[in-house]
Amino acid sequence: MQLVAENLVLERGNRKVANDVSFTLEGGSGLVLTGPNGSGKSTLLRALAGYLRPASGSVRILGIGGSDGDTGESCEVGEVCHFVGHLDGIKSHLTAAENLTFWATYLSDRADSGHSVAHRVYDALEVFALNALADIPAGYMSAGQKRRLGLARLLVAHRPLWLLDEPTVSLDTGSADILVKAINRHLSDGGMAIVATHLPLAIEPARGISLVRKEAQA
Amino acid sequence: MSAFLALLKRDLMLSVRQGGALGTALGFYMLVVTLLPLGLGQDLNLLSRIAPGILWIALLLAALLSLGRVFSSDHEDGTLDVLATGRMPLEMVVGAKALAHWISTGIPLALTAPVLGLMLNLDIAVYPLLMATMLVGTPAVSFIGAVGAALTLRSYRGGLLIALLVLPLYVPTLIFGMAAVNGLLGVSGTSAAMLILAALSLTSVVLCPFAAAAALRVQMQ
Repeated sequence: MQLVAENLVLERGNRKVANDVSFTLEGGSGLVLTGPNGSGKSTLLRALAGYLRPASGSVRILGIGGSDGDTGESCEVGEVCHFVGHLDGIKSHLTAAENLTFWATYLSDRADSGHSVAHRVYDALEVFALNALADIPAGYMSAGQKRRLGLARLLVAHRPLWLLDEPTVSLDTGSADILVKAINRHLSDGGMAIVATHLPLAIEPARGISLVRKEAQA
Repeated sequence: MSAFLALLKRDLMLSVRQGGALGTALGFYMLVVTLLPLGLGQDLNLLSRIAPGILWIALLLAALLSLGRVFSSDHEDGTLDVLATGRMPLEMVVGAKALAHWISTGIPLALTAPVLGLMLNLDIAVYPLLMATMLVGTPAVSFIGAVGAALTLRSYRGGLLIALLVLPLYVPTLIFGMAAVNGLLGVSGTSAAMLILAALSLTSVVLCPFAAAAALRVQMQ
């Protein structure tokens, strides 16, 4: 399994935010994006997830097959990734367990069929230490607890690629460690992760890409 | 398919939990229909003649109220981004959400119409037909409205813009809805009008998700 980005040029409102970004990511390894505010980390992640069409260049994911029987030549990255952005994707009128149950059902893949939805939700709540809050509406939770609930989505359905945009925002140090452990376990299972962050996170094995801010260009 | 049902179920559950959308729509529907006789005077013949039209137009306006929230609430909390990943195409996401809007708003409004018809001296014989036209016609209201909601997702005060975009598109539904009701009131062609109304609804159910999904993709960039 391989994620290949070739000569990506990304634009926001006619302004180039990323110029000629190329990298190859192998299964089992991570990529850490760093760079100052406005250097295009979020834009790059949104482009990789398929929300934003690159001005030129391409993103391909190769060797995803077997699990769903297609030829595995290449497929849409959006179909095989978890995307965690700045917003948590949590409904404040639903309880923590209801939020995760919905995502577990909605995002369910063939690789998940071995475990029931309830089982996966229970495990994810336990990993992120949210068991005690399972029946509390997400609207009553603190920002850090909501963040953990949003991240727990990573564990309720299998996706080979995780795209995480500053996932440690509003997490305490203990929760950040839990997240790093979850990422490392995902990598050791052969998954891939791309993490944009300002904090040094102990993600192993990982390479780094440092983006620089482009001053206003024509 | 389980993803489609999960999304439909979640949207219905949210509309019950949040409560506001349906209550506002029904309250607005009742108020508009109550105000009109006060403005038009006590001519019972006049009221009963124009009652089906009043009920239909007020229903369209009431349904518009909750359309703005169809995608924006999911957009604001980041849910829409996640819904767009995964195997289910965005067109199906739109379909599930528009269907949920129809079930949670269109059907209750159509079922309320006879109660309001009483206030307008509407002939009781017309009730079943009026409700039938509304139940057949309101899917078009929800699905066409979803296109407007998707187009105005990120615009400030999108609610008013939706009305401008979408109300003209409701004209065929209104015309044939009224034609079907008036058929019983003396003009011919009820069944023909009813069939066209059904065709309008089915066409919008099939085509609107594609338009709305295309609009959402642009808005999510």
